[in-house]
Amino acid sequence: MNNGLKTFTNGILKENPTFGLVLGMCPTLATTTSAVNGMSMGLATCFVLICSNVVISMLKNVIPDKVRIPAFIVVIATFVTMVQLVMQAYVPTVYATLGLFIPLIVVNCIVLGRAEAFAAKNSVGLSALDGLGMGLGFTLSLTVIGAIRELLGTGNIFGFNLYADNYGMLIFVLAPGAFICLAYVMALVQKLMKK
Amino acid sequence: MAKMESSLKNMLLSLTCITLVAAAALAGIYMLTFETIEQQKAEAETQAKLSVLAGDENGTPILVETDGFGGKMKVMVGFAEDGTILGYKILEHSETPGLGDKAGAWFQNADKPGQNIIGRNASKELVVSKDGGDVDAITAATISSRAFLKAINMAYEEFCASKNTVDSIDADSAATVMIAEGAEEDIIVEQAEETEAQK
Repeated sequence: MNNGLKTFTNGILKENPTFGLVLGMCPTLATTTSAVNGMSMGLATCFVLICSNVVISMLKNVIPDKVRIPAFIVVIATFVTMVQLVMQAYVPTVYATLGLFIPLIVVNCIVLGRAEAFAAKNSVGLSALDGLGMGLGFTLSLTVIGAIRELLGTGNIFGFNLYADNYGMLIFVLAPGAFICLAYVMALVQKLMKK
Repeated sequence: MAKMESSLKNMLLSLTCITLVAAAALAGIYMLTFETIEQQKAEAETQAKLSVLAGDENGTPILVETDGFGGKMKVMVGFAEDGTILGYKILEHSETPGLGDKAGAWFQNADKPGQNIIGRNASKELVVSKDGGDVDAITAATISSRAFLKAINMAYEEFCASKNTVDSIDADSAATVMIAEGAEEDIIVEQAEETEAQK
């Protein structure tokens, strides 16, 4: 259990996908225009991570080494397409904003990275925990960046208005703001982790 | 279980099985969600139609597509019979967040008559003030504003074109509806009269 707990918290803190491993930067920068968008993207990725980790861990002995990458990608792409269809059916508003980025989860380095580095070597249970930890870590960092950008750029947080949006610094909603925000948060996290 | 050896037979077998299962799973999910997705789409369109007509039963919703600043812009516009703009809704766009994407609310802000286009008659072409018109463009998003007004003007042209063809059809269909409504009673009455007359 201790081992399980360690696997779980590893993804959230020490090897946080965004701030620790610096993987999956494309969705991190592109979808964090608001806290809700960042969180939705994080949760979608989290779901795919857990499912793909579990299935790949189950199949690890029947997948010959030389074809493991195509096999992993098929598994991941299947879950991504499922998420895409389900989101389109039940949360069309979120899908309208994130639609373009959902298929990109397939090539998100975190998902394939965890499949290769963890799920292919560990038990099903630990792989599920690793997926959950990594997924939540990713969700957490995307939500934080999204919230900061939304607050500075539009004066809202999770859609609640805090101050008039005329005073918002628009640059934080645009692409340069994503880089600036990511850099500052990453610097802060690194400093805190060093202690 | 020992790790499978990377022989050709094993590789073919495992990849074929994995892709088959994946395909079956996807087909299942697709069938499960297909109806809901179609419903959502239809609902979104009916919702848009209702909202752009603002309660006017004789209004016409027109869907147009134009090029915005960041990509395609799909706008639904509701016109009253005389060409007055009842409402609009941007269904799809890729304008800059925080700038061009304000168009969804900007041009229907009732507190700012300079930028509000609801209630204006579209027979007078809508042009941003920068180009000599009388519609205030979105601050720092003139291109998006131009694209949006172009969509409205295009919608009006289409509205006029459809009106010309619909007018003739309308008269016919109105007549058909009247017949349909009174048909049963009339026929019974006629039959009764006929039988009376025969007697």
